[in-house]
Amino acid sequence: MSDSAAAGETPAAQARPAADCVGIVAPRKVAIDRPLTLACGKILPRHELMVETYGALNAARSNAILVCHALSGDHHAAGYHGESDRKPGWWDSCIGPGKPIDTNRFHVVALNNLGGCKGSTGPNTLNPDTGKPWGPDFPIVTVRDWVRSQALLADALGIRQWAAVIGGSLGGFQVMQWAIDFPERIRHAVVIAAAPKLSAQNIAFNEIARQAILSDPEFHGGHFYEKGVVPSRGLKLARMLGHITYLSDAAMREKFGSVLRSGAMGFNYDVEFEVESYLRYQGQSFVDRFDANTYLLMTKALDYFDPAREFGDSLAAAFRRATAKFLVVAFSSDWRFPPARSREIVRALVEAGRDVSYALIDSSLGHDDFLMPLPEYTRVLQTYLGRAAAEAGS
Amino acid sequence: MSSGNGLRPDLALITQWIEPGSRILDLGCGDGALLAHLARTRKVRGYGLEIAPDNVARCLGAGVNVIEADVDDGLKDFGDASFDYVVMSGALQAMQRPDRVVAEILRVGRTGIVTFPNFGHWRVRLALALGRMPATPALPDTWYATANIHLCTVADFEDLCRDRGWCIARRALMNHRRSDSGGALRLAPNLLAEVALYMLQGRA
Repeated sequence: MSDSAAAGETPAAQARPAADCVGIVAPRKVAIDRPLTLACGKILPRHELMVETYGALNAARSNAILVCHALSGDHHAAGYHGESDRKPGWWDSCIGPGKPIDTNRFHVVALNNLGGCKGSTGPNTLNPDTGKPWGPDFPIVTVRDWVRSQALLADALGIRQWAAVIGGSLGGFQVMQWAIDFPERIRHAVVIAAAPKLSAQNIAFNEIARQAILSDPEFHGGHFYEKGVVPSRGLKLARMLGHITYLSDAAMREKFGSVLRSGAMGFNYDVEFEVESYLRYQGQSFVDRFDANTYLLMTKALDYFDPAREFGDSLAAAFRRATAKFLVVAFSSDWRFPPARSREIVRALVEAGRDVSYALIDSSLGHDDFLMPLPEYTRVLQTYLGRAAAEAGS
Repeated sequence: MSSGNGLRPDLALITQWIEPGSRILDLGCGDGALLAHLARTRKVRGYGLEIAPDNVARCLGAGVNVIEADVDDGLKDFGDASFDYVVMSGALQAMQRPDRVVAEILRVGRTGIVTFPNFGHWRVRLALALGRMPATPALPDTWYATANIHLCTVADFEDLCRDRGWCIARRALMNHRRSDSGGALRLAPNLLAEVALYMLQGRA
């Protein structure tokens, strides 16, 4: 979608970021020197998080927004790292001057979560105890661990309270956990294309992805770094499978059809249909930029997420701890976390007597629509966050 | 009835029926004007249900809690007696099954408030007597573009209430010039009321 939009622009416009883009940005590493006790019981004495920020923090420090990333996201949410970058950050459609997450009004913080593979402490960074990459010895972290790590980051950045915490998919899970665990530190919770917890079907997809990685001979029990190899076949399969769940049936039909590329059956297992070519390309390019151990860990964090668990399986009881105002957004064509799952979140918030609004966006692409600049979606976010900005005095 | 704040007259009247500090669900809340007004003047907390995206955006802009949903799908997301009031103003006649919607209103709310355009009003009767579908101040849409599929008269609605055992706690009748008080309006409600407002309670 973003590719076809860019294709319509002139070469000059492509070379220079548009006026509503944050432009060239630089990530930085923030050291968290306080110990973090993880849900698994292990303690990380210190850790580092890769961070990007866009827009100025106001004098009252009241206009900060935390953007939480999904399964394969990172700290590079908007803008470009250099003139030669082909693509901007993963949510550039939503973050920038005049965009819904308006960097003229908000100070936006995006990070690579703990356990990630884009520079934050994780399986592909060095374990100080051994001097080797952590690999499979890196503790499996939970959404709650991420939120605690993000709270330490907020402390380090001098942000006492977020004007809003925003995220789609797995990012939305973090938003809910923020509202439950740190009610006094978040004024608005924007939960997009999420669910109160995974379904058996969701977990089943994750399990197949994990099995693909774990059974790759190049995985070496997670210690593939020292062997100088990458379990690329497993990671590629995992990503191909994931991609199917990010798109609707209708979007796949529209995008690829089911016509033979050569016009005739080849009676072999080469790429014969467009969708095969697409999945192979997506899988391969993912292998080049992602870490297998991080993928395993992220899918596990998804599977474990269930904020109701420690509240007698009552999501409403969990949300009674929250004081933030909620905006819940779902997409009609999303079958990974369909609107009915968002309605479960809304129902629990209403039962808990919390402020909540819910928008159902008519969409066609599927789960991935949460990354798209759909006019209806843009209007909902822009209107809601416009009020949040006014409250923040910016 | 002039509310002095631009609120639609029927909504202004509903406002007077609502106890301060109560919890309210507004079905088909439109741009959220009633909820915003009640929050401001009566410290009422609640949610609006709305199906039109334009109105959802207006509610968000007004800081009103709005849930994008189709009332015809029922109120399954809401527990029994979970609201002090459930309000539906001017939308009953657009429902697939108004009787089921009212039953749901009285399940979810301790008190239901329902308003609808009275199809027994003399302007409507006159139009029909002349062989035309009515286009009146209370029913301005053309027959082919209207959302109203289950119009009823004051007498019809009260028959339904009697039939189902719903208790009419209060009634107000309005035409586009004035409300309630007119003696003639009380004398011949089904002929003179353009809009009817009811406060309902379920079976005791």
